[in-house]
Amino acid sequence: MANDPIHQFQIQKIVPIEIGGIDFSFTNASLFMVATVAAAAGFLYFATSQRGLIPGRAQSVAEMSYEFIASMLREGAGSHGMKFFPLVFTLFMFVLTANMLGMFPYFFTVTSQIIVTFALAVLVIGTVLVYGFYKHGLHFLKVFVPSGIPGVLLPLVVGIEIISFLSRPISLSVRLFANMLAGHITLKVFAGFVTSLSALGALGIGGAILPLIMTVALTGLEFLVAFLQAYVFAVLTCMYLNDAVHPGGH
Amino acid sequence: MIVTPALAQTAPAATETPAAPAGDTHAAPAGELHTETGVAQGEDHGTGVFPPFDPTHFASQLLWLVITFGLFYLLMKRVIVPRLGGILEHRHDRIAQDLDEASRLKSEADTAVETYEKELAAARSKANGIAETAREAAKSKAAADRAAIEAELAEKLSAAETRIGEIKAKAFAQVGAIAEETATAIVDQLIGKAGGDDIKTAVAAAANGKA
Repeated sequence: MANDPIHQFQIQKIVPIEIGGIDFSFTNASLFMVATVAAAAGFLYFATSQRGLIPGRAQSVAEMSYEFIASMLREGAGSHGMKFFPLVFTLFMFVLTANMLGMFPYFFTVTSQIIVTFALAVLVIGTVLVYGFYKHGLHFLKVFVPSGIPGVLLPLVVGIEIISFLSRPISLSVRLFANMLAGHITLKVFAGFVTSLSALGALGIGGAILPLIMTVALTGLEFLVAFLQAYVFAVLTCMYLNDAVHPGGH
Repeated sequence: MIVTPALAQTAPAATETPAAPAGDTHAAPAGELHTETGVAQGEDHGTGVFPPFDPTHFASQLLWLVITFGLFYLLMKRVIVPRLGGILEHRHDRIAQDLDEASRLKSEADTAVETYEKELAAARSKANGIAETAREAAKSKAAADRAAIEAELAEKLSAAETRIGEIKAKAFAQVGAIAEETATAIVDQLIGKAGGDDIKTAVAAAANGKA
């Protein structure tokens, strides 16, 4: 069991719940969703509870993440996009905390489940569509018609734009999911080499040094990826929201 | 390499999904010897699907994601974002206010320095004036004093000169009589007797001759 790199993604029921024949059990995935929210919300809540004019360390971190996302959103979607700040900030903090919690041994990685990342991506695209049509009506369709395209090429370009728009939720969700999944599998495989090699006696222990070094290096890399994917998710969210705020305004 | 076989397994496994969930709860302890591909977990875990693609748990994951993420979003929107925004805005305002205050104080200080310098210059010129008048007054008083003292001294000098003249004249007047007396006394001593007139004329002649 210890050497199975897939086992870490298995979902186990903790409290079985079934409503109308559908399984809504509280599982280890649910537990770590709760843990993610509790950790992120708890940190942000207690870090800012002093409301210090001169921030302490925790408050500095909270302020930095706030300003990080705020400047990202302002650059990506302009000042009109700032009304989506709570959404982008929540997404970023949720994904970042889930990724980081997943780095702990024996912890479940919420974002390694395609359904979770897909749901988040659909939330983003859904927000873009709903706000875009609500705010601009049919003018929102201009998002598919780039300006300055000669008439002959227009159908082709519009087709490409529509396909690229439709592929957004897929690329957004698969990018995060695949990164988390592949990283954790790789880590597990290399760590598994260490244990199976060292079981082979003195020579094996000597040989296990290489995968051990690899595991340490990969752990560092995975922390980077954990942050980077949360960042990429937030940046792309900002870019997509820009379409909702300024359709055809490229 | 590891993932693909598991993916390949997805399609056939999905078909047996509906039958599986019942045995799912006591599945965990049984799954001890999996292959590295994760394919052979089959019966015990209900499905042999690669876990992230296992649709049996999609509903539960979605529900709990909606609950947790929704709560998180509400907390962010209602509490954290306004609070953080407030903190940053307050600090921004406070810094701007402090800068304003500082520039106000600086301009005040500048005015104070200007006034001070103006007053200093005025005081200096006033002091110069006072010193000048004092010097003038002292000089003229000294000149007057000196003139008064000089006049007094000249007066005293002339008085002294007059007196000296008088004394001299008196002394000269008495010289004849003394000479007569002395000559009479000398002659008396020498010849026992002396005629007064002869001596008087002799003295007068000597005095005349000397003069």
